[in-house]
Amino acid sequence: MYLTKEEEKILNGENGEVIERLFRLLVRLGDIYGAEKMIPVGSVQVAGVSYKSIGDPGTEFLEDIASKGVKVKVLTYLNPAGMDLENWKKLGFPADFAKNQLRIIDAFREMGIVVTSTCTPYLAGNLPRFREHIAWSESSAVSFSNSVIGARTNREGGPSALAAAICGITPNYGLHLWENRQPTVKINVDADLSFNSDFGALGWYVGKQVKNKIPYFTGIKDANTDQLKALGAAMAASGAVALYHVEGLTPEADLVENKGLEKISVGKKEIKETYNKLNTGKKPDIVIFGCPHASLREISTIAGKLKGKHLKKAVWICTSRMIKEVAERMGYNEIIAKAGGSIVADTCMVVSPIEQMGYKTTGVNSGKAANYLPGFCKQEVCFANLDDLVEGQL
Amino acid sequence: MKGRTISPGKVEGTAIVSSDPIGFYGGIDIKTGIVIEKDHPLEGKKVTGKILVFPCGKGSTVGSYVIYGLAKNGFGPAGIINKETETIVATGVILAGIPCIDHIDIDKIKTGDKIILNADKGTCKIKK
Repeated sequence: MYLTKEEEKILNGENGEVIERLFRLLVRLGDIYGAEKMIPVGSVQVAGVSYKSIGDPGTEFLEDIASKGVKVKVLTYLNPAGMDLENWKKLGFPADFAKNQLRIIDAFREMGIVVTSTCTPYLAGNLPRFREHIAWSESSAVSFSNSVIGARTNREGGPSALAAAICGITPNYGLHLWENRQPTVKINVDADLSFNSDFGALGWYVGKQVKNKIPYFTGIKDANTDQLKALGAAMAASGAVALYHVEGLTPEADLVENKGLEKISVGKKEIKETYNKLNTGKKPDIVIFGCPHASLREISTIAGKLKGKHLKKAVWICTSRMIKEVAERMGYNEIIAKAGGSIVADTCMVVSPIEQMGYKTTGVNSGKAANYLPGFCKQEVCFANLDDLVEGQL
Repeated sequence: MKGRTISPGKVEGTAIVSSDPIGFYGGIDIKTGIVIEKDHPLEGKKVTGKILVFPCGKGSTVGSYVIYGLAKNGFGPAGIINKETETIVATGVILAGIPCIDHIDIDKIKTGDKIILNADKGTCKIKK
Protein backbone atom coordinates (compact mmCIF):
# COMPACT_ATOMS: atom_id res chain seq x y z
CA MET A 1 0.00 0.00 0.00
CA TYR A 2 1.27 3.48 -0.92
CA LEU A 3 1.95 5.75 2.05
CA THR A 4 2.75 9.47 1.92
CA LYS A 5 5.81 10.88 3.68
CA GLU A 6 3.55 12.15 6.47
CA GLU A 7 2.03 8.69 6.90
CA GLU A 8 5.50 7.06 6.95
CA LYS A 9 6.36 9.39 9.83
CA ILE A 10 3.32 8.20 11.78
CA LEU A 11 4.46 4.59 11.29
CA ASN A 12 7.89 5.55 12.65
CA GLY A 13 6.23 6.74 15.83
CA GLU A 14 6.82 10.46 15.32
CA ASN A 15 3.27 11.30 16.45
CA GLY A 16 3.42 9.09 19.53
CA GLU A 17 2.77 5.45 20.36
CA VAL A 18 -1.06 5.56 20.42
CA ILE A 19 -1.39 7.13 16.97
CA GLU A 20 1.22 4.71 15.63
CA ARG A 21 -0.72 1.71 17.01
CA LEU A 22 -4.06 2.89 15.58
CA PHE A 23 -2.48 3.85 12.25
CA ARG A 24 -0.88 0.39 12.01
CA LEU A 25 -4.37 -1.11 12.35
CA LEU A 26 -5.55 0.95 9.35
CA VAL A 27 -2.47 0.02 7.28
CA ARG A 28 -2.92 -3.66 8.15
CA LEU A 29 -6.63 -3.55 7.15
CA GLY A 30 -5.70 -1.70 3.95
CA ASP A 31 -3.11 -4.35 3.08
CA ILE A 32 -5.52 -7.21 3.79
CA TYR A 33 -8.35 -5.76 1.70
CA GLY A 34 -6.22 -4.49 -1.17
CA ALA A 35 -6.36 -0.70 -0.63
CA GLU A 36 -3.86 1.21 -2.78
CA LYS A 37 -3.75 4.24 -0.49
CA MET A 38 -5.35 6.09 2.40
CA ILE A 39 -8.09 8.69 1.81
CA PRO A 40 -9.25 11.52 4.10
CA VAL A 41 -12.62 11.05 5.82
CA GLY A 42 -15.16 13.84 6.34
CA SER A 43 -16.70 12.41 9.48
CA VAL A 44 -16.73 9.36 11.73
CA GLN A 45 -19.27 7.49 13.81
CA VAL A 46 -17.82 5.18 16.47
CA ALA A 47 -19.60 2.01 17.63
CA GLY A 48 -18.83 0.04 20.77
CA VAL A 49 -20.15 2.64 23.23
CA SER A 50 -22.45 0.65 25.52
CA TYR A 51 -20.83 -0.86 28.63
CA LYS A 52 -23.06 -3.86 28.04
CA SER A 53 -21.32 -4.41 24.69
CA ILE A 54 -17.64 -3.66 25.36
CA GLY A 55 -17.29 -4.51 29.07
CA ASP A 56 -14.14 -3.82 31.08
CA PRO A 57 -11.60 -4.65 28.34
CA GLY A 58 -13.13 -2.15 25.91
CA THR A 59 -13.48 0.48 28.65
CA GLU A 60 -9.81 0.14 29.62
CA PHE A 61 -8.76 0.25 25.96
CA LEU A 62 -10.56 3.59 25.54
CA GLU A 63 -9.34 5.04 28.85
CA ASP A 64 -5.79 4.15 27.89
CA ILE A 65 -6.08 6.10 24.61
CA ALA A 66 -7.78 9.07 26.29
CA SER A 67 -5.13 9.23 29.03
CA LYS A 68 -2.42 9.84 26.40
CA GLY A 69 -4.10 13.10 25.36
CA VAL A 70 -4.87 11.95 21.81
CA LYS A 71 -7.65 13.90 20.01
CA VAL A 72 -9.82 13.12 16.98
CA LYS A 73 -9.13 15.02 13.74
CA VAL A 74 -12.66 15.10 12.23
CA LEU A 75 -16.29 15.49 13.36
CA THR A 76 -16.94 12.29 15.31
CA TYR A 77 -20.21 11.07 16.82
CA LEU A 78 -21.00 8.08 19.02
CA ASN A 79 -23.31 5.13 18.63
CA PRO A 80 -26.01 4.71 21.34
CA ALA A 81 -24.82 4.15 24.90
CA GLY A 82 -26.31 1.60 27.31
CA MET A 83 -28.54 4.14 29.05
CA ASP A 84 -30.01 7.66 28.91
CA LEU A 85 -26.95 9.68 29.94
CA GLU A 86 -28.99 12.25 31.88
CA ASN A 87 -32.22 10.58 32.92
CA TRP A 88 -30.91 7.08 33.77
CA LYS A 89 -31.82 7.07 37.43
CA LYS A 90 -35.48 7.94 36.88
CA LEU A 91 -35.79 5.35 34.11
CA GLY A 92 -34.47 2.65 36.44
CA PHE A 93 -31.03 1.87 35.00
CA PRO A 94 -28.79 0.09 37.56
CA ALA A 95 -26.27 2.39 39.34
CA ASP A 96 -23.18 0.19 38.91
CA PHE A 97 -23.92 -0.08 35.19
CA ALA A 98 -24.28 3.71 35.03
CA LYS A 99 -20.93 4.27 36.72
CA ASN A 100 -19.08 2.21 34.11
CA GLN A 101 -21.10 3.70 31.25
CA LEU A 102 -20.12 7.22 32.32
CA ARG A 103 -16.41 6.20 32.43
CA ILE A 104 -16.69 5.26 28.76
CA ILE A 105 -18.39 8.55 27.85
CA ASP A 106 -15.73 10.53 29.75
CA ALA A 107 -12.97 8.78 27.78
CA PHE A 108 -14.65 9.66 24.48
CA ARG A 109 -15.20 13.28 25.59
CA GLU A 110 -11.49 13.60 26.40
CA MET A 111 -10.67 12.52 22.85
CA GLY A 112 -12.75 15.42 21.50
CA ILE A 113 -15.62 13.21 20.32
CA VAL A 114 -19.10 14.76 20.33
CA VAL A 115 -20.72 12.84 23.18
CA THR A 116 -24.13 12.56 21.70
CA SER A 117 -24.99 8.92 21.28
CA THR A 118 -27.18 8.04 18.33
CA CYS A 119 -27.61 5.58 15.50
CA THR A 120 -29.01 8.46 13.39
CA PRO A 121 -26.13 10.97 13.32
CA TYR A 122 -27.56 12.31 10.04
CA LEU A 123 -30.64 13.58 11.97
CA ALA A 124 -28.56 15.10 14.74
CA GLY A 125 -25.98 17.33 13.09
CA ASN A 126 -23.53 14.94 11.42
CA LEU A 127 -24.71 14.95 7.82
CA PRO A 128 -22.27 13.83 5.11
CA ARG A 129 -22.69 14.94 1.50
CA PHE A 130 -23.14 12.86 -1.67
CA ARG A 131 -19.88 10.98 -2.50
CA GLU A 132 -18.15 12.09 0.69
CA HIS A 133 -15.84 9.45 2.19
CA ILE A 134 -16.69 8.73 5.82
CA ALA A 135 -15.95 5.97 8.36
CA TRP A 136 -19.14 5.01 10.16
CA SER A 137 -19.85 1.95 12.28
CA GLU A 138 -23.44 1.35 13.23
CA SER A 139 -24.97 -0.89 10.60
CA SER A 140 -28.19 1.11 9.98
CA ALA A 141 -26.28 4.42 9.86
CA VAL A 142 -23.83 2.85 7.39
CA SER A 143 -26.75 1.70 5.25
CA PHE A 144 -28.54 5.08 5.37
CA SER A 145 -25.45 7.15 4.56
CA ASN A 146 -24.37 4.87 1.71
CA SER A 147 -27.84 4.36 0.22
CA VAL A 148 -30.05 7.37 0.94
CA ILE A 149 -27.32 10.06 1.03
CA GLY A 150 -24.83 8.46 -1.35
CA ALA A 151 -21.86 9.02 0.97
CA ARG A 152 -19.25 6.23 1.01
CA THR A 153 -18.35 4.05 3.97
CA ASN A 154 -17.45 0.48 4.78
CA ARG A 155 -18.99 -1.22 7.80
CA GLU A 156 -16.35 -0.24 10.36
CA GLY A 157 -15.66 -2.06 13.60
CA GLY A 158 -15.51 0.10 16.76
CA PRO A 159 -11.68 0.27 16.94
CA SER A 160 -11.15 0.83 13.19
CA ALA A 161 -13.64 3.74 13.22
CA LEU A 162 -11.84 5.23 16.23
CA ALA A 163 -8.52 4.85 14.39
CA ALA A 164 -10.02 6.66 11.37
CA ALA A 165 -11.23 9.48 13.64
CA ILE A 166 -7.85 9.94 15.32
CA CYS A 167 -5.81 9.66 12.10
CA GLY A 168 -8.42 11.45 9.89
CA ILE A 169 -8.08 8.82 7.14
CA THR A 170 -9.29 5.37 6.11
CA PRO A 171 -7.94 2.77 3.66
CA ASN A 172 -9.50 3.13 0.19
CA TYR A 173 -11.23 -0.20 -0.46
CA GLY A 174 -14.68 -1.78 -0.58
CA LEU A 175 -17.61 0.66 -0.76
CA HIS A 176 -15.28 3.67 -1.13
CA LEU A 177 -14.76 2.53 -4.74
CA TRP A 178 -17.47 3.09 -7.36
CA GLU A 179 -17.02 -0.33 -8.99
CA ASN A 180 -18.01 -2.00 -5.71
CA ARG A 181 -21.25 -0.01 -5.40
CA GLN A 182 -23.02 -1.69 -8.30
CA PRO A 183 -26.16 -3.72 -7.45
CA THR A 184 -25.82 -7.52 -7.38
CA VAL A 185 -29.49 -8.55 -7.01
CA LYS A 186 -32.83 -7.07 -8.15
CA ILE A 187 -35.81 -7.00 -5.78
CA ASN A 188 -39.23 -6.51 -7.37
CA VAL A 189 -41.74 -5.34 -4.76
CA ASP A 190 -45.44 -5.85 -5.40
CA ALA A 191 -47.13 -4.85 -2.14
CA ASP A 192 -48.68 -1.77 -0.56
CA LEU A 193 -46.28 -0.45 2.03
CA SER A 194 -47.91 2.09 4.32
CA PHE A 195 -46.64 1.68 7.88
CA ASN A 196 -42.94 2.00 8.74
CA SER A 197 -43.20 -1.57 10.06
CA ASP A 198 -44.14 -2.71 6.52
CA PHE A 199 -40.75 -1.39 5.39
CA GLY A 200 -39.13 -3.15 8.38
CA ALA A 201 -40.76 -6.44 7.40
CA LEU A 202 -39.71 -6.01 3.76
CA GLY A 203 -36.14 -5.25 4.85
CA TRP A 204 -35.98 -8.21 7.21
CA TYR A 205 -37.21 -10.58 4.50
CA VAL A 206 -34.82 -9.23 1.85
CA GLY A 207 -31.81 -9.20 4.21
CA LYS A 208 -32.38 -12.88 4.99
CA GLN A 209 -32.48 -13.70 1.27
CA VAL A 210 -29.58 -11.62 -0.02
CA LYS A 211 -27.14 -11.65 2.97
CA ASN A 212 -24.33 -9.19 2.00
CA LYS A 213 -25.37 -8.48 -1.58
CA ILE A 214 -26.32 -5.01 -2.91
CA PRO A 215 -30.07 -4.95 -3.70
CA TYR A 216 -31.67 -2.81 -6.41
CA PHE A 217 -35.36 -2.28 -5.56
CA THR A 218 -38.08 -1.69 -8.10
CA GLY A 219 -41.79 -1.23 -7.32
CA ILE A 220 -41.40 0.97 -4.23
CA LYS A 221 -43.46 3.96 -5.38
CA ASP A 222 -42.71 6.29 -2.52
CA ALA A 223 -40.93 6.25 0.81
CA ASN A 224 -39.90 9.01 3.20
CA THR A 225 -36.58 9.00 5.07
CA ASP A 226 -38.14 7.34 8.13
CA GLN A 227 -39.30 4.45 5.97
CA LEU A 228 -35.95 4.12 4.18
CA LYS A 229 -34.27 4.19 7.61
CA ALA A 230 -36.50 1.27 8.70
CA LEU A 231 -35.87 -0.66 5.48
CA GLY A 232 -32.08 -0.33 5.61
CA ALA A 233 -31.84 -1.08 9.33
CA ALA A 234 -33.76 -4.34 8.97
CA MET A 235 -31.66 -5.49 5.98
CA ALA A 236 -28.45 -4.77 7.87
CA ALA A 237 -29.69 -6.81 10.84
CA SER A 238 -31.12 -9.93 9.20
CA GLY A 239 -28.40 -9.82 6.55
CA ALA A 240 -25.28 -7.70 6.18
CA VAL A 241 -26.57 -5.23 3.58
CA ALA A 242 -24.46 -2.03 3.74
CA LEU A 243 -25.79 -0.43 0.53
CA TYR A 244 -29.04 -0.63 -1.45
CA HIS A 245 -30.55 1.30 -4.32
CA VAL A 246 -34.24 2.14 -4.89
CA GLU A 247 -35.37 2.99 -8.42
CA GLY A 248 -36.52 6.62 -8.56
CA LEU A 249 -35.71 7.36 -4.92
CA THR A 250 -32.04 6.96 -3.97
CA PRO A 251 -29.27 9.08 -5.55
CA GLU A 252 -27.12 6.36 -7.15
CA ALA A 253 -30.03 4.31 -8.53
CA ASP A 254 -29.95 6.08 -11.92
CA LEU A 255 -26.15 5.87 -12.15
CA VAL A 256 -25.56 2.14 -11.55
CA GLU A 257 -25.88 -0.75 -14.01
CA ASN A 258 -28.95 -2.86 -13.16
CA LYS A 259 -29.25 -5.24 -16.12
CA GLY A 260 -28.84 -9.01 -16.03
CA LEU A 261 -29.20 -9.37 -12.26
CA GLU A 262 -30.65 -12.29 -10.33
CA LYS A 263 -34.30 -11.39 -9.47
CA ILE A 264 -36.29 -11.87 -6.28
CA SER A 265 -40.00 -10.98 -6.01
CA VAL A 266 -41.60 -9.87 -2.77
CA GLY A 267 -45.39 -9.61 -2.50
CA LYS A 268 -48.12 -9.26 0.12
CA LYS A 269 -47.70 -12.92 1.08
CA GLU A 270 -43.98 -12.61 1.97
CA ILE A 271 -44.62 -9.43 3.99
CA LYS A 272 -47.43 -11.10 5.93
CA GLU A 273 -45.32 -14.21 6.59
CA THR A 274 -42.51 -12.00 7.90
CA TYR A 275 -44.88 -10.32 10.37
CA ASN A 276 -45.89 -13.78 11.61
CA LYS A 277 -42.32 -15.00 11.84
CA LEU A 278 -41.10 -12.00 13.86
CA ASN A 279 -43.97 -12.34 16.34
CA THR A 280 -42.75 -14.61 19.13
CA GLY A 281 -44.72 -13.08 22.01
CA LYS A 282 -48.36 -12.47 22.94
CA LYS A 283 -48.85 -9.27 24.96
CA PRO A 284 -46.02 -6.77 25.39
CA ASP A 285 -44.91 -5.61 28.89
CA ILE A 286 -43.37 -2.62 27.18
CA VAL A 287 -43.56 -1.06 23.72
CA ILE A 288 -40.39 0.62 22.44
CA PHE A 289 -40.29 2.84 19.37
CA GLY A 290 -37.21 4.42 17.87
CA CYS A 291 -35.07 1.67 16.35
CA PRO A 292 -33.24 3.31 14.63
CA HIS A 293 -33.66 6.47 16.74
CA ALA A 294 -36.97 8.23 16.15
CA SER A 295 -37.14 11.32 13.95
CA LEU A 296 -39.12 14.37 14.99
CA ARG A 297 -41.85 13.29 12.54
CA GLU A 298 -42.15 9.90 14.25
CA ILE A 299 -42.33 11.48 17.72
CA SER A 300 -44.96 13.93 16.51
CA THR A 301 -47.06 11.02 15.16
CA ILE A 302 -46.87 9.16 18.48
CA ALA A 303 -47.67 12.32 20.46
CA GLY A 304 -50.74 12.76 18.26
CA LYS A 305 -51.95 9.26 19.14
CA LEU A 306 -51.30 9.68 22.87
CA LYS A 307 -52.82 13.15 23.32
CA GLY A 308 -55.32 13.02 26.21
CA LYS A 309 -54.92 9.24 26.59
CA HIS A 310 -53.75 7.18 29.55
CA LEU A 311 -51.32 4.29 29.06
CA LYS A 312 -51.79 1.16 31.16
CA LYS A 313 -48.38 -0.23 30.25
CA ALA A 314 -44.98 1.26 29.43
CA VAL A 315 -44.15 2.99 26.15
CA TRP A 316 -40.61 4.23 25.44
CA ILE A 317 -39.50 6.28 22.47
CA CYS A 318 -35.76 6.16 21.87
CA THR A 319 -34.15 9.10 20.12
CA SER A 320 -31.09 11.31 19.98
CA ARG A 321 -30.55 14.10 22.51
CA MET A 322 -30.97 16.73 19.75
CA ILE A 323 -34.35 15.47 18.58
CA LYS A 324 -35.49 15.18 22.20
CA GLU A 325 -34.70 18.87 22.72
CA VAL A 326 -36.80 19.93 19.73
CA ALA A 327 -39.64 17.60 20.75
CA GLU A 328 -39.54 19.23 24.18
CA ARG A 329 -39.93 22.67 22.61
CA MET A 330 -42.86 21.45 20.50
CA GLY A 331 -44.64 20.13 23.61
CA TYR A 332 -44.58 16.51 22.38
CA ASN A 333 -42.60 15.27 25.39
CA GLU A 334 -45.17 16.72 27.78
CA ILE A 335 -48.06 15.07 25.92
CA ILE A 336 -46.23 11.72 25.97
CA ALA A 337 -45.26 12.06 29.65
CA LYS A 338 -48.85 12.99 30.64
CA ALA A 339 -50.09 9.82 28.96
CA GLY A 340 -47.50 7.83 30.94
CA GLY A 341 -44.88 7.27 28.23
CA SER A 342 -41.17 8.15 28.26
CA ILE A 343 -38.77 9.72 25.80
CA VAL A 344 -35.42 8.02 26.23
CA ALA A 345 -32.35 9.66 24.70
CA ASP A 346 -28.79 8.45 23.98
CA THR A 347 -29.62 4.74 24.14
CA CYS A 348 -31.72 2.03 22.55
CA MET A 349 -33.48 -1.14 23.55
CA VAL A 350 -30.87 -3.42 21.98
CA VAL A 351 -27.82 -2.07 23.81
CA SER A 352 -29.51 -1.27 27.14
CA PRO A 353 -29.95 -3.91 29.85
CA ILE A 354 -33.80 -4.14 29.58
CA GLU A 355 -33.75 -7.84 30.52
CA GLN A 356 -32.32 -6.78 33.91
CA MET A 357 -35.16 -4.28 34.31
CA GLY A 358 -37.89 -6.90 34.53
CA TYR A 359 -39.25 -6.82 30.96
CA LYS A 360 -39.93 -10.12 29.20
CA THR A 361 -41.99 -9.22 26.14
CA THR A 362 -41.32 -6.13 24.04
CA GLY A 363 -43.55 -4.66 21.32
CA VAL A 364 -41.72 -3.05 18.39
CA ASN A 365 -42.44 -1.69 14.90
CA SER A 366 -38.80 -2.18 13.85
CA GLY A 367 -37.55 -5.15 11.85
CA LYS A 368 -34.08 -4.57 13.25
CA ALA A 369 -35.24 -4.58 16.88
CA ALA A 370 -37.37 -7.67 16.25
CA ASN A 371 -34.24 -9.37 14.91
CA TYR A 372 -31.96 -8.59 17.87
CA LEU A 373 -34.21 -8.49 20.97
CA PRO A 374 -34.63 -12.28 21.37
CA GLY A 375 -30.85 -12.92 21.40
CA PHE A 376 -29.34 -9.80 22.97
CA CYS A 377 -32.06 -9.03 25.52
CA LYS A 378 -33.82 -12.39 26.00
CA GLN A 379 -37.13 -10.80 24.96
CA GLU A 380 -40.16 -12.26 23.28
CA VAL A 381 -41.26 -9.88 20.55
CA CYS A 382 -44.60 -8.50 19.34
CA PHE A 383 -43.93 -7.05 15.88
CA ALA A 384 -46.75 -4.79 14.68
CA ASN A 385 -47.51 -1.38 13.23
CA LEU A 386 -47.43 1.76 15.38
CA ASP A 387 -51.25 2.14 15.58
CA ASP A 388 -51.81 -1.40 16.85
CA LEU A 389 -48.94 -1.21 19.34
CA VAL A 390 -50.16 2.08 20.86
CA GLU A 391 -53.77 0.83 20.95
CA GLY A 392 -52.63 -2.32 22.82
CA GLN A 393 -50.98 -0.34 25.64
CA LEU A 394 -54.01 1.93 26.33
CA MET B 1 -1.39 -24.95 3.56
CA LYS B 2 -0.69 -21.40 2.41
CA GLY B 3 -3.06 -18.47 2.96
CA ARG B 4 -2.94 -14.77 3.76
CA THR B 5 -1.52 -13.09 6.88
CA ILE B 6 -4.18 -11.22 8.83
CA SER B 7 -2.24 -10.78 12.09
CA PRO B 8 1.37 -11.98 12.45
CA GLY B 9 2.88 -14.42 14.97
CA LYS B 10 3.84 -18.09 15.32
CA VAL B 11 2.05 -20.59 17.54
CA GLU B 12 1.41 -24.33 17.93
CA GLY B 13 -1.79 -25.74 19.39
CA THR B 14 -4.80 -28.02 19.18
CA ALA B 15 -7.51 -27.20 16.66
CA ILE B 16 -11.14 -26.56 17.60
CA VAL B 17 -13.19 -26.40 14.40
CA SER B 18 -16.59 -24.80 13.76
CA SER B 19 -18.39 -25.40 10.47
CA ASP B 20 -20.59 -22.34 11.18
CA PRO B 21 -19.51 -18.67 11.30
CA ILE B 22 -18.81 -17.21 14.76
CA GLY B 23 -20.26 -13.93 16.04
CA PHE B 24 -18.06 -13.01 18.99
CA TYR B 25 -20.47 -10.45 20.50
CA GLY B 26 -23.10 -12.56 22.24
CA GLY B 27 -21.32 -15.68 20.93
CA ILE B 28 -18.36 -16.21 23.25
CA ASP B 29 -18.23 -15.34 26.96
CA ILE B 30 -15.46 -12.79 27.50
CA LYS B 31 -14.82 -14.00 31.09
CA THR B 32 -14.49 -17.75 30.37
CA GLY B 33 -13.76 -18.25 26.66
CA ILE B 34 -16.78 -20.57 26.41
CA VAL B 35 -19.08 -20.47 23.36
CA ILE B 36 -22.51 -19.35 24.58
CA GLU B 37 -24.49 -18.89 21.35
CA LYS B 38 -27.56 -21.11 21.44
CA ASP B 39 -27.53 -24.03 18.98
CA HIS B 40 -24.02 -23.14 17.76
CA PRO B 41 -21.98 -26.27 16.87
CA LEU B 42 -19.39 -25.25 19.50
CA GLU B 43 -21.92 -24.31 22.22
CA GLY B 44 -20.43 -25.07 25.65
CA LYS B 45 -16.88 -25.59 24.30
CA LYS B 46 -13.91 -23.52 25.45
CA VAL B 47 -11.72 -21.79 22.85
CA THR B 48 -8.98 -20.66 25.28
CA GLY B 49 -5.45 -21.61 24.18
CA LYS B 50 -6.76 -23.46 21.10
CA ILE B 51 -6.31 -22.80 17.40
CA LEU B 52 -9.84 -21.66 16.59
CA VAL B 53 -10.88 -22.63 13.06
CA PHE B 54 -14.09 -21.25 11.46
CA PRO B 55 -15.22 -20.07 8.03
CA CYS B 56 -15.86 -16.36 8.76
CA GLY B 57 -17.15 -13.90 11.33
CA LYS B 58 -20.76 -12.73 11.55
CA GLY B 59 -22.93 -10.28 13.48
CA SER B 60 -22.25 -7.13 15.47
CA THR B 61 -19.33 -4.79 14.81
CA VAL B 62 -18.64 -4.89 18.56
CA GLY B 63 -17.11 -8.36 18.05
CA SER B 64 -13.63 -6.79 17.70
CA TYR B 65 -13.72 -5.70 21.36
CA VAL B 66 -14.80 -9.18 22.46
CA ILE B 67 -11.76 -10.74 20.77
CA TYR B 68 -9.51 -8.09 22.32
CA GLY B 69 -11.16 -8.62 25.72
CA LEU B 70 -10.82 -12.41 25.59
CA ALA B 71 -7.09 -12.04 24.97
CA LYS B 72 -6.70 -9.39 27.66
CA ASN B 73 -8.56 -11.54 30.21
CA GLY B 74 -6.35 -14.51 29.35
CA PHE B 75 -9.15 -16.53 27.72
CA GLY B 76 -8.39 -15.88 24.06
CA PRO B 77 -7.62 -18.52 21.46
CA ALA B 78 -3.91 -19.03 20.73
CA GLY B 79 -4.50 -18.56 17.01
CA ILE B 80 -7.29 -18.23 14.42
CA ILE B 81 -7.63 -19.80 10.97
CA ASN B 82 -10.46 -18.71 8.64
CA LYS B 83 -11.74 -19.35 5.19
CA GLU B 84 -12.35 -15.57 4.86
CA THR B 85 -11.61 -13.06 7.63
CA GLU B 86 -13.87 -9.99 7.54
CA THR B 87 -12.98 -6.64 9.12
CA ILE B 88 -14.54 -7.27 12.52
CA VAL B 89 -12.42 -10.34 13.25
CA ALA B 90 -9.36 -8.79 11.54
CA THR B 91 -9.56 -5.68 13.74
CA GLY B 92 -9.96 -7.83 16.87
CA VAL B 93 -6.97 -10.12 16.22
CA ILE B 94 -4.68 -7.25 15.18
CA LEU B 95 -5.45 -5.33 18.40
CA ALA B 96 -5.23 -8.46 20.52
CA GLY B 97 -2.03 -9.68 18.86
CA ILE B 98 -3.54 -13.10 18.09
CA PRO B 99 -1.84 -14.80 15.10
CA CYS B 100 -4.43 -15.20 12.33
CA ILE B 101 -4.49 -16.30 8.68
CA ASP B 102 -7.24 -16.82 6.11
CA HIS B 103 -7.82 -18.23 2.60
CA ILE B 104 -7.33 -21.73 4.03
CA ASP B 105 -9.36 -24.82 3.06
CA ILE B 106 -10.59 -25.38 6.60
CA ASP B 107 -12.48 -28.59 5.70
CA LYS B 108 -9.08 -30.31 5.87
CA ILE B 109 -8.70 -29.48 9.58
CA LYS B 110 -10.43 -31.59 12.26
CA THR B 111 -11.01 -30.76 15.93
CA GLY B 112 -8.11 -32.23 17.91
CA ASP B 113 -5.51 -31.90 15.11
CA LYS B 114 -2.18 -30.51 16.25
CA ILE B 115 -1.55 -27.34 14.21
CA ILE B 116 1.61 -25.38 13.55
CA LEU B 117 0.47 -21.86 12.64
CA ASN B 118 3.01 -19.47 11.14
CA ALA B 119 1.01 -16.32 10.54
CA ASP B 120 4.17 -14.37 9.63
CA LYS B 121 4.32 -16.45 6.46
CA GLY B 122 0.56 -17.04 6.20
CA THR B 123 0.93 -20.82 6.53
CA CYS B 124 -0.40 -23.63 8.70
CA LYS B 125 0.51 -27.30 8.94
CA ILE B 126 -1.23 -30.31 10.49
CA LYS B 127 1.33 -32.20 12.62
CA LYS B 128 1.11 -35.95 12.02
